[in-house]
Amino acid sequence: MPADRRILSPTIVLGGLSALTLLAIALFMTLGARGKWDFILAFRGTKIAAMVLVGYAVAVSTVLFQTITNNRILTPSVMGFDHLYRMIQTLLVFQFGSGLVASLDPRLRFGVEVASMVVFSGLLYWWLFNGAGRGDNRRSLHLLLLVGIVFGVLFRSLTSFLQRIIDPNEFLTVQDRLFANFNRVDVELLTVSALVVLAVSLVGWRWRRTFDVLALGRDAAINLGVEHRRAVMAVLVMVSILVSVSTALVGPITFFGLLVANLAYLVVRSHRHALILPAAVLLAVLTLVAGQLVLERVFGYNAALSIVIEFVGGLAFLFILVRGSAR
Amino acid sequence: MIDVKNITKRYNGTVVVDGVSLSLPAGGVISLIGANGAGKSTLLSIISRLLPMSSGTVEIDGLDVTTTPGEVLARRLSILRQDNQIMSRLTVEDLVAFGRYPHSKGRLTEDDRGHIRNALRYLDLEPLAGRFLDELSGGQRQRAFIAMVLCQDTEYILLDEPLNNLDVKHAVAMMKLFRRTADAFGKTVVLVLHDINFASCYSDRIVAMRDGRVVHQGPPEVIITPEVIRDVYGVEAQVMENAGQRIALYYQ
Amino acid sequence: MKTLPIATLPLATVGIGLLAVWSLFVGVSDVSLATLFGGGAADQATQVLLVSRLPRTLALILAGAAMAVSGLLLQMLVRNRFVEPSTAGTAESAIFGMMMVSLLAPEMPVFGRMAVASLCALAGTGLFLAILRQVPLRSPLVVPLVGIMLGGVITAMTEFIAYRQDLIQSVRGWETGDFSAILLGRYELLWLSAALTGVAYLAADRFTVAGMGRDVATNLGIDHRKVMALGLVIVSMTTAAVIATCGMIPFLGLIVPNVVSLVRGDNMRGSLPWVALMGAGLVLACDIAGRLVIHPYEIPIGTMMGVIGSALFLYLLLRRNGHAG
Repeated sequence: MPADRRILSPTIVLGGLSALTLLAIALFMTLGARGKWDFILAFRGTKIAAMVLVGYAVAVSTVLFQTITNNRILTPSVMGFDHLYRMIQTLLVFQFGSGLVASLDPRLRFGVEVASMVVFSGLLYWWLFNGAGRGDNRRSLHLLLLVGIVFGVLFRSLTSFLQRIIDPNEFLTVQDRLFANFNRVDVELLTVSALVVLAVSLVGWRWRRTFDVLALGRDAAINLGVEHRRAVMAVLVMVSILVSVSTALVGPITFFGLLVANLAYLVVRSHRHALILPAAVLLAVLTLVAGQLVLERVFGYNAALSIVIEFVGGLAFLFILVRGSAR
Repeated sequence: MIDVKNITKRYNGTVVVDGVSLSLPAGGVISLIGANGAGKSTLLSIISRLLPMSSGTVEIDGLDVTTTPGEVLARRLSILRQDNQIMSRLTVEDLVAFGRYPHSKGRLTEDDRGHIRNALRYLDLEPLAGRFLDELSGGQRQRAFIAMVLCQDTEYILLDEPLNNLDVKHAVAMMKLFRRTADAFGKTVVLVLHDINFASCYSDRIVAMRDGRVVHQGPPEVIITPEVIRDVYGVEAQVMENAGQRIALYYQ
Repeated sequence: MKTLPIATLPLATVGIGLLAVWSLFVGVSDVSLATLFGGGAADQATQVLLVSRLPRTLALILAGAAMAVSGLLLQMLVRNRFVEPSTAGTAESAIFGMMMVSLLAPEMPVFGRMAVASLCALAGTGLFLAILRQVPLRSPLVVPLVGIMLGGVITAMTEFIAYRQDLIQSVRGWETGDFSAILLGRYELLWLSAALTGVAYLAADRFTVAGMGRDVATNLGIDHRKVMALGLVIVSMTTAAVIATCGMIPFLGLIVPNVVSLVRGDNMRGSLPWVALMGAGLVLACDIAGRLVIHPYEIPIGTMMGVIGSALFLYLLLRRNGHAG
């Protein structure tokens, strides 16, 4: 069977994906457009930019996270990363008051949030993955997963707890005004997010061969002379930044990364991050744009994409879990 | 009497028990021996209605195990499989008390309490009665489960490798207890055993299985011979006689 | 039992009673002994007490006890420490049922809604068990993982339909437990769950035996399938009744039985009263805290429980790491 699939070389796969993605973007920009073109292009262009950034951030962060944790069901969002970011956002509002935070330059606010996120998530997940100070630094995968999910619930509950305390009267308004969700993209952050993502990518690209080694597991990586500890820490920082970007733009999405990362492994069939990462990014952007296109233009739904993604992603997760344990 | 007629058990086409017919008279200690995968545990599970058979019938004193109500059988036959993992946190005494459930449905009478005390005493569990099962060693837990089954006070007691996890001292005590249960109380104890010498020294009757069939049966002096052991296990053994008991040596 | 003297149960009951009395006097309107028996405001205070505070307090006790016992039952039936209605697809399926009723038969009386939700909860839990049968269980932690994921998928389905039909607000209401809208006439369904809890107590021995596994249960002459079915029906109906009345209280059924089990063990005849009592106590305490923290506003119990419950659950998970992993 693998022989059949390998007929498609990674280059062709990537080329095909790129073509499809470009096609989807073109369709999204033009289909059913009425009225002034410059307005439509600007309006839809912003949406596209957001989707590309989010797809990029989610895909890269998930693949890298799976590389350092060495398995294919853990993702940053399943482990509660994006709810942690949402909680940090809320904590800032809680600490300094909604008025002050709302009047702050969104880019500055974003910077502070990302910095706190890197520190917090770094500490928390370093602790988790290193066995919380126990001698044994290999925790059971299932334990990690469960702990991550429950951390997600804890962060989410704490967030809504804090939001109520900030302004119980306008709980929903605070939530809507200060925090983006999939239906209300925070466009003010597009440029700065793009710059951050670019910077992370430049650093990451130089590390791409190290990622290939990290994917072999801790012992093999150390044996091959990789500074495992440092490399993992660096990846955790990158992942934290990327998750901050996607959550700041569209809010938490749990299963999307899992879906595209596993699809990428399926179509690329290579261990090389230089191929997997672009494939995952293309798949993510394609899924988002095509999904939005179909839902908006064909079914006339305006904002249900995140729900559909959760549904499909959740099914995929169950499938991987059941099949994975059966092996 | 346990009457097994033409029992076959298949798993996805693989035959595990192959047309076994067996008639075990009431009273005494009966051991089932055989190599790994010979079908001993499966047969025991089928007799005790834990597993459905593919074909054939099992009758306990004329009661068909597939049609007789579970609670009726539970007062006549008890079964303990290996690997009794339970997540519940029960005390030893709680567990043993559940052996009385088929009789009193949870409302313990004075008679039930007597049974519980006896079972705890026989298995040397009195000091551990109030301890939780998850705080015990493997051997202590095994004894607690056996105490539950004995407390059930049934005519027939079926045990799958009851000596698992037990050290030599407790293994010998356990076999003596089974012997006494059979001799003093007239019970029928059916054991799956791995140690053929325990089977030899304590059984009235040995049933040997290979590849899902019963290949030999009879009293120890008929079964514990070099020929039968070679046929059943495929190993060469010397058999020595010591104080009327036959011991097989197969360590070389 | 050797672990705790018998007298502690009445003692704990008195403690819960005190909490309940406290719960009667916490709120925006001034209800106190002075206003109740004092001059002009007495009528109004009595009114508030009878129409709002008393029903609320009763609802807290009934729902708390019932959900904690449901968790215990489910743990016995699935033979896993980490399941409860919100980690087994039960609660999410019940919410799906509630949503479908609102969509297709909005006029249906509350009892009918609950019946539909119960059926859905039963189906969802059945699906969960069916999936579990497909998974050879390497680790006990896979069980809640499967349940949580199944719940996530069902929730996504619910929200997708609800989103289209403008029912998202109601769905959110069922997802987050909140007792602030409980009034006389709007909580009586919970007496049904109290009755079901009573049934669970009567069958406590059977459930304990079922918790020891099918083989041991069969050996003791118990029809394992019947006990399973009875337990699942109790859990489904209880969950549906609680969700229909006040929304989901997450983690309650997980935390309370685990803590009680540590102290009392799992012989349900002995531990069930404790689980019920502690469940009621925890819910009362959380609700009172939720009413006090940002007085005169309230934090719904779903949120309070989400914070406390997940923190405790994490503690249980990481503490058990040594042997559970």
